[in-house]
Amino acid sequence: MAAAEDALGDALVSALQTWPRDGIPANPDAWLLSAARRKLIDAARHAHVEAAATPTLEILIDPARRADMTDAVFPDERLKLLFVCAHPAIDEAARTPLMLQAVLGLDAARIASAFLVAPATMSQRLVRVKAKIRDAGIRFEVPDLHELPSRVAAVLEAIYAAFGSGWDDVAGADSRRRGLADEAIWLGRLVTRLLPGEPEALGLLALMLHCDARRAARRDADGRYVPLDQQDVARWSRAMIDEAEEILAAAASAGRPGRFQLEAAIQSAHARRATTGRTDWEAIALLYEGLLRCGATTGARVGQAAALARAGDAAAGLAALDTLSQDMVSTYQPYWALRAHLLKRLDRVDEARDSYTRAIGLSEDSAVREFLVAESTSRRPL
Amino acid sequence: MKYTILVYESATELSARTDAQRKDAYWGAYRAYTKALMDAGVMVGGAGLQPPPLATTVRLRDGKRQVQDGPFADTKEQLGGFYLIEVPGLDQALDWAARCPSAASGSVEVRPNLSM
Repeated sequence: MAAAEDALGDALVSALQTWPRDGIPANPDAWLLSAARRKLIDAARHAHVEAAATPTLEILIDPARRADMTDAVFPDERLKLLFVCAHPAIDEAARTPLMLQAVLGLDAARIASAFLVAPATMSQRLVRVKAKIRDAGIRFEVPDLHELPSRVAAVLEAIYAAFGSGWDDVAGADSRRRGLADEAIWLGRLVTRLLPGEPEALGLLALMLHCDARRAARRDADGRYVPLDQQDVARWSRAMIDEAEEILAAAASAGRPGRFQLEAAIQSAHARRATTGRTDWEAIALLYEGLLRCGATTGARVGQAAALARAGDAAAGLAALDTLSQDMVSTYQPYWALRAHLLKRLDRVDEARDSYTRAIGLSEDSAVREFLVAESTSRRPL
Repeated sequence: MKYTILVYESATELSARTDAQRKDAYWGAYRAYTKALMDAGVMVGGAGLQPPPLATTVRLRDGKRQVQDGPFADTKEQLGGFYLIEVPGLDQALDWAARCPSAASGSVEVRPNLSM
């Protein structure tokens, strides 16, 4: 597996060098894999590389299938690789890093930075997970039909985690973290090609495109943080929003709604402000209601509380926040930021100050910190 | 696991402590960070330190005392304070280190404590 990753990484590099010159080949995945194999053969000529590569390669490519690999449809192999990386036997926290390394060839240090993990720890995790793939005999195959939905969900979750690592970094100051959002979108596009007709894959891609369309608007000209509902819509990427809307419509036509389609629909509702000039908070609250039925995460519940507050009154939003257990939110910054904002709107000044302090203390981004400081000292809620 | 978060601050940041324009933001951020650590129940201890010019370094060489004004090493970023925290593991310690106000402009080092 290690040798295959290296070869794929090299192939990506050579793709980046030749594509701009020669144009993108008709079947980029097959091209990449055949390029990767050429690189592998080159590498295998070195005896020491060959010795190290052979046993690990057998994990990646089932020996029984290796014979007909030459005639195989390469994108299928790519899909199998994604399924191996997001296998249920693999620790959830290791799936995204493994995928980034195995499919995109990112190095452990960069992955570690994106997930705020010590580089040595990340390397150990990746080594351990590959040993697990070998020892547990995880097969290099597309799962059975009855397993497929849950296995696809795991692949999509892993890709979304990569996107999240870039998205959390509102500042975009660290190019290494911002970069992972691009990688995630790339993987998202790959999955929609490999699994056509899977509405959740389309939903995830639409969601990521919608969020990324606003990248430039998240800071004003002076580098200050701008919350979503105050962003200048002229700075949103219309091309990306249009693409996201088209993809989401295609997903919806399958008639099988799911978590990612709902999240994309929420972002789509926000995006509509660019044309209508207003945000339909009632619709957003309703979409969150649906999202909570797909399995409540803390983020979705805080999002719903925000939408309820904007659609109706701050008290309703605060009541929704009160239903969350303290264990879930003690270090969850968005909860405290919203709580502070709502308490301020309800003129509960002292409690608001406490929550603002908590939110400021939990913020990683200095621009967000400054925004919250300004909010906590301004008289009138924005 | 107990960890120490060592906060290294740049000269610009250290000067913000007393600068009329910037001191409220500086101390406000640190007060909030300390409160967040305490409210989350992970704070064990710590201290903010007076600036490097107030440091005195002592060495014993061949039985002789050598006393020097200033910090032990003259580096761009200087130790400005430290936090002692107790969290399940390094991942959580790094999460807290990233929230430290000086992570954005200086450097924040995380070290597991020796158990004694």
